[in-house]
Amino acid sequence: MRPVTFTLNGAPRAAFAAEGQNLLDFLRRGVGDLSPKYGCGQGSCGACTVIVDGETRLACLMPAEDAAGRRVETAAGLDPQGRHPLQEAFMEHFAAQCGYCTPGMLMAARALLDRNPRPSRDEVIEAISGNLCRCTGYEPIIAAILSAAEARA
Amino acid sequence: MTVIETLPTLAEAARSGAPFFGGGTIWMRAVNAGEAPPRLVRTADPALRDIQGAGDAVRIGAGVTMAQILARGDLSFLHAPARAIGGPQVRNQATVGGNLFAPHPYGDFAVALIALGARAVLAGQGGARPVEEVVRDRARPPLVAALEVPRPRDARAFGWLKVSRVKPKGVSVLSIAVLAPREGGRLRGVRVAFGAMGPHPMRAAGAERALEGGALDAAAIARAAAQAAEGLDPPTDAIASAWYRRAVAGVHLRRLLEGMA
Amino acid sequence: MKDMTNPGMIAFRKDLFADERDDRLNEVGKPTRRQDILGHVTGRSPFYDDHLFDGLTHLRCVRSPHHAARVRRIDTAEAARIPGVVRILTGADVPRNLNTLLSLLDFGIDDEPVLSTDRVRYRGEPVAAVIAETEAQARAAVKAVRVEWEPLPHVLDVEEAIRPGAPVVLDIYPGNRFVYHGKYDHQKLRYGDVEAAFGHADHIVEGRYQMSPIEQAPIETCGAIAAPEQNGRYVCYTSTQALFFSLGTAAKVLNLPSSRLHFIGGTVGGGFGGKVDSIHEPLAILGAMLTGRPVKYMWDREEEMQVGAPRGAERWYIKDGVMKDGRIVARRFTGFFDSGAYTRLSSYAVIKAAGHLPGPYTIPNVHADVYCVFTNRTPATAMRGFGITGVDFAIEAHMDKVAEVVGMNPVALRILNAYRDGDMKAHRRVAKNCALIECCQVVAEKAGVRLSPELLAMSSRRGGGGERGRLPAHTATDEAGRVEGFAAQGYARRGGPRPVEPPRQAAPGPAPVAASASRAADPRARGAAAPAAAGGGSMPPPAAPPEPPAPAPAPARPGSLRFSSISGFRRR
Repeated sequence: MRPVTFTLNGAPRAAFAAEGQNLLDFLRRGVGDLSPKYGCGQGSCGACTVIVDGETRLACLMPAEDAAGRRVETAAGLDPQGRHPLQEAFMEHFAAQCGYCTPGMLMAARALLDRNPRPSRDEVIEAISGNLCRCTGYEPIIAAILSAAEARA
Repeated sequence: MTVIETLPTLAEAARSGAPFFGGGTIWMRAVNAGEAPPRLVRTADPALRDIQGAGDAVRIGAGVTMAQILARGDLSFLHAPARAIGGPQVRNQATVGGNLFAPHPYGDFAVALIALGARAVLAGQGGARPVEEVVRDRARPPLVAALEVPRPRDARAFGWLKVSRVKPKGVSVLSIAVLAPREGGRLRGVRVAFGAMGPHPMRAAGAERALEGGALDAAAIARAAAQAAEGLDPPTDAIASAWYRRAVAGVHLRRLLEGMA
Repeated sequence: MKDMTNPGMIAFRKDLFADERDDRLNEVGKPTRRQDILGHVTGRSPFYDDHLFDGLTHLRCVRSPHHAARVRRIDTAEAARIPGVVRILTGADVPRNLNTLLSLLDFGIDDEPVLSTDRVRYRGEPVAAVIAETEAQARAAVKAVRVEWEPLPHVLDVEEAIRPGAPVVLDIYPGNRFVYHGKYDHQKLRYGDVEAAFGHADHIVEGRYQMSPIEQAPIETCGAIAAPEQNGRYVCYTSTQALFFSLGTAAKVLNLPSSRLHFIGGTVGGGFGGKVDSIHEPLAILGAMLTGRPVKYMWDREEEMQVGAPRGAERWYIKDGVMKDGRIVARRFTGFFDSGAYTRLSSYAVIKAAGHLPGPYTIPNVHADVYCVFTNRTPATAMRGFGITGVDFAIEAHMDKVAEVVGMNPVALRILNAYRDGDMKAHRRVAKNCALIECCQVVAEKAGVRLSPELLAMSSRRGGGGERGRLPAHTATDEAGRVEGFAAQGYARRGGPRPVEPPRQAAPGPAPVAASASRAADPRARGAAAPAAAGGGSMPPPAAPPEPPAPAPAPARPGSLRFSSISGFRRR
């Protein structure tokens, strides 16, 4: 076990990480942020997507200790009332059915809009290409992200 | 239980004898599944993430990520193969060095490096070895410090194609990279490399022979396509059978070459 | 709220379906916001794994590396010494270690152990379960369990499985075929006389179609967390799609009154049918009972793909008798559902499939033999429209083939043969609310397929009924596939009271659907079965058919009968 001190959604946090523990398990069990989801543990589905120092990362493929000293952002750090433009747009466009891929999808979308406030449709598709959705369908998600970009512009 | 140990230098990592943990996209899967060895090593040496673009060749540290390459305008010839690796999250993590030894069906970036004639600088050794040789050492991969990648003199001389069933992110049915430089209308120094067509990325001798010394015309392209899978032994997996891969390798090579003609 | 139905893409055609929907409804037909979506976009929706417990333990299974094998010995001694191991479960720990999912509906014979003790029938079948403090420790302990396997011959193909001499998957079904109605090794549909009609047809068109298993692949893998509660109760958070089904299954397998089980579900990270099998809840609860600790049993992705029950593979043979003008006069099906090693829901899929034949077309002679076949593959289960999707693919691929043979446009062929209101369907129900002709017309328009004025003028509401609404004068029946030794169990109830049989016919045909108690007690139910019998479990018409029913739908009356494809007719 080693102590990991980092920033989670703007607040300083510290917890112990076990040897070989990935960031996903660390955030969920060690820190109690249940918003990133386990879908594969193999880097294939994107359900565990978080933002680390502004870059999207798959929490299941990142050693927990690598979060030390870094800024980690998760879907739990968006607006708790759902008033972030992406959250509003996802609700408006029915961009979440079962909701399991949604936190990861929101993080991928957020990282995109932070670096490219007016993405094209192709850029949106590229940005969420590492996030699998099995029930909503990608079209409402793409529409939601494009509309959030418009709303923020 | 696996311990991931960070050592100060690459040389120490090489001496440790333990497998090297690069970006982690492959090793962390094994760690999560309880299938990794008890000890993995890595290094915090920032040199591993350096890109030095001097003259005709660029030196890329083995720890450089696909995202880093995509952020460099002067490496645009490598953008298509870099974008073919994983999704955006994986590209923020996957390294150039790790891709050399990524198991089938991964390793598409190495295919481009082989076609470009890149050489791998091994940790603690002076010289550099051709990437197509280095990628064969699957059992005990050597520790790579950097890659020396020749820039194609003419951007149009380098062609890249990844064939996958899911777009824009899907694993390879196969991938192809072609370097076809022209000298006075004739192809000189042709290099054709395939991914997912064998146990590791490899050159296609038959296709290279068919193209070398001639013009990139329909007849040469047809000959290269016919000999595309010569000497290659593609695997059968969930994505495609060996038969299918062999059957379509020439078709895709033809399409790529037609686009370069 | 923005109207999300893009009028360019989706249109409700009032010109075609003016009286199908009341426009004065407040919610139906209007976009609305999901009641759970705020939880989804804030990451607060409580999926089963989003419940934290102090002292949570992790359960992982020891699985068969063989398609079929005898289990000679399970040695857990070394595994038990691995640090963190709390308990190792084997079949002997399971109170009632044999179940079939649909036994809750009185359908089928118990066939599947929770943890197999003597034999495994598919690769990945569990024989032991390790409970440890951490997932990593559970994984290590699973590797340390020593199982002595004696590999047995296996069969992976449905048609090989029903050949004489094939390895028997389940001893209770020696022919590797599920037994329907205690009588036949397949589900029959007999309507008219296909062989006679083939003799008069201008063309015979045959085809073979198959599809592989399809994994539902939910992003949330299946699982459950169970923990002791007060008063001898156990709470179970689960990914199940069928909460009370899983509750009933767990109560049965654990031999507990369901009042001692507190199931919490409803927030499911994608199911698509793959989360009804109730695999995780019994083991997680059993673990909690035997350790007094919270236990999580969660599949990883590899397990989800390897042992998660998929939509089963299907193979279909279709033979059509077709006239030069494109009318299909006879259609014969032979279908094989790959149930995998256990029944799960495939027996029911076959009933759905047979009830769906011959597709949305009015064909006067239809014959189908549909088999639910056991093989040494991963057991199959539900997935979106299972029982229908595979055969629909076969039917529609075959329609294209027929169109090619008779030289017709495939859309035109479908319009020509489509059900119309008032037509008699092969399973002896009158077609109503038909819309295939209209759908074909719209598809043709959008796809740029030019249809003749005659085809464009056709309507689902006209030209049906009459001759097309009559039952065939003669239906050829047979006794093929008759089995013995299952009758005493009736439809499903082993040792239960033998259900009252409906009147026997002179020429015995396929069995009627389950004679449920309510049906047997109500003579009107039996009478009603003649014109409108039974999804797939069709009762053939008596030799002298009764008057055909009126094409108009029967007026609703209080206490009218409701048909269920599993349990037959029940009174509302």
